[in-house]
Amino acid sequence: MRLVIKETSEDVSEWAAKYLIKKINDFKPSADKHFVLGLPTGGTPLRMYEKLIEYYHDGEISFKYVKTFNMDEYVNLPKDHEQSYHYYMWNNFFRKVDIPPANVSLLDGNASDLDKECREYEEKIVEAGGIDLFIGGIGPDGHIAFNEPGSSLASRTRVKTLAQDTIRANARFFDDDISKVPKKALSVGVGTVMDAREVMILVTGTQKAFALYKAVEEGINHMWTVSAFQQHPHTVIVCDEDATLELRVKTVKYFKALPDVVDLTDLYSGRTPPTRDDRYKQTDRTQNQKVKLEKHKT
Amino acid sequence: MLNQLDSAHQRERETSFFANPSQEFLADIPHQDIITKFWNCRILKKGRFLEEDLYVRNGKIIDSEELFYNEKKVPHFDVDCKGMYIAPGLIDLQINGGFGFDFSYYKDTELAVKTVAKRLLSHGVTAFCPTIVTSPNYIYHDILPKIKKTKGSGHGAAVLGVHAEGPFINKEKKGAHPEKFITDHRGTMLSIKEAYGSHGYENIAIITLAPELRHTDQIIRKLKKDGIVVSLGHTTANLTQSESAVKHGATFITHLFNAMLPFHHRDPGIVGLLSSDQIDLEKLYYGIISDGIHTHACALRMAHKVHPNGMVLITDALSALGLSDGRHTIGQMDIEIKNGVAYIAGTNTLCGSTSTMLDCVKFFHKSTGCSMAFALQCASWHPAKVLHIEKQKGTLEVGADADFIIINEYFDLFSTWVAGEMVHKTTNL
Repeated sequence: MRLVIKETSEDVSEWAAKYLIKKINDFKPSADKHFVLGLPTGGTPLRMYEKLIEYYHDGEISFKYVKTFNMDEYVNLPKDHEQSYHYYMWNNFFRKVDIPPANVSLLDGNASDLDKECREYEEKIVEAGGIDLFIGGIGPDGHIAFNEPGSSLASRTRVKTLAQDTIRANARFFDDDISKVPKKALSVGVGTVMDAREVMILVTGTQKAFALYKAVEEGINHMWTVSAFQQHPHTVIVCDEDATLELRVKTVKYFKALPDVVDLTDLYSGRTPPTRDDRYKQTDRTQNQKVKLEKHKT
Repeated sequence: MLNQLDSAHQRERETSFFANPSQEFLADIPHQDIITKFWNCRILKKGRFLEEDLYVRNGKIIDSEELFYNEKKVPHFDVDCKGMYIAPGLIDLQINGGFGFDFSYYKDTELAVKTVAKRLLSHGVTAFCPTIVTSPNYIYHDILPKIKKTKGSGHGAAVLGVHAEGPFINKEKKGAHPEKFITDHRGTMLSIKEAYGSHGYENIAIITLAPELRHTDQIIRKLKKDGIVVSLGHTTANLTQSESAVKHGATFITHLFNAMLPFHHRDPGIVGLLSSDQIDLEKLYYGIISDGIHTHACALRMAHKVHPNGMVLITDALSALGLSDGRHTIGQMDIEIKNGVAYIAGTNTLCGSTSTMLDCVKFFHKSTGCSMAFALQCASWHPAKVLHIEKQKGTLEVGADADFIIINEYFDLFSTWVAGEMVHKTTNL
């Protein structure tokens, strides 16, 4: 496991976006060779998505030959509900990039047979050739996807009943009404993520510091499911300084002293990346975004 | 200001709203299946401008998320709106004519409606109610059947039905209406149909009447049953009479403050409806001419403060809309335009405005300091609610007609779209 420590959460997002772009571009995806990506939702990766969109608009990356699998989705929440992960992915990422709809997979929390939905999701991942890079965030209790404390570290995609703490914490997104909060979710298992060829986990903020300590310095424990990735052959955890507060000085110094995992300087070297606001200024930035006449597949 | 215009001009030249698709590409896709996406824009939704995309198929606004996840389809066209604002097409519930044509004139009715409908597109109006002032019965019988409800298209804005302003109004507040044709309905539907003619009656969407006429309440109930919106105006009614009319089904006030008693603190009159505790204010709307002449900015602010959700901007525009100063006709009367203000010829009585809908929105926005989104809603969503068509028009929600305008932050119109087709593009900004 590698721990990459950046100064701020902004740097974490920037690094993660660049890393992902480099991975995809090095892979050289094509019509018969798709890059398969596992994607998270939530507050931590939001900025990373924004960065990816900026790079997409600048022609640094295309998602045309990228397949995506999302980690989780609530059960019985309409797809266009503002808290659904379908809504999140559509509005924060998919609608702003060139990913074809057929390449996108999300768990359907409204499926009539949820167990079947989960089984088929696993099969679909295998069919796509397995996940090349799974990106995730973690909760303060060290959960990855909806694999909350106590989840089996060998778990596969399944229906999960949410912990009371999670339901209570989520109430703020549902008019502070606990009865409106979904009690169940579909989630990939720890085992599903473990199968990915590479895993990148983003951890930012002091509230995640203890979980990071558990993940990095303590042993593997199903009460901190993210710790399972100690056994994954290729995991990168990207965190900011705040998240390292519970780590030992030795640990932090050790990881900081290591050379860079990968050289990301070639992306935007010597240039300032455009800011988000630039997109809405009337600048002549549409060169690589001319009206596209894509004959679509039905 | 010069700089703004310059940059607007510059932008316009750079903007290519619609690229011509190659014929072979479109050949095998049925026209109704073509999906267009408008992006890099702010769209008016839920009372705010949101950074979202607008998807259009077959003349309707569609759910982009549903299209992506369920239908697994992508748009055939991307229209880059260059950061501009998309608002619903404007709706004018009271317009007497324009561009030299007068709907109430006894000749050329079809041509008048057609011409005005077409030319309104260049002012951002995508639907309107041709308004007929008080006229003799034979004129009503002749012209009303000719003004049919039509859908909007490249040929013109949608005609939502006639706004019959009169003849059942109060002579004391006749405004520009010819007194000798003002009459009483005597509380019977027969007299209403006699006046308008039964064929003409079917084309009416709104009737302006004075609530103080005897037996008006039962007439309002009956009109409402026929799906006609009853508007109160050209009246000397007191508050009690007005409230009674609203309780019986009137939902609109015709050009608030004009052709009615002024507000008095002991006898508030019909203006008092705006803060009445006897009626359901949610259902009460009022038209207001915010051209800066018919209603003082101060009165505009008052109405806005007291009952913002009922505010409907109207132009009450005349045949002189788009014409220069001089003499013109409205109904059976001569009018005179001096410095862009319309008077009854030889008098100082105001008789309708020569302002466009966007002028009114702009003036309202400037006078009240309300948000841009709210000002535009007063000219789109609110009037649609008056006619109970707020699911199709005046909104950019999924399922609504794709009638919209693209403007910049100064309300300069760049293009008008009806049923997903560009029907006007401003070139000389």
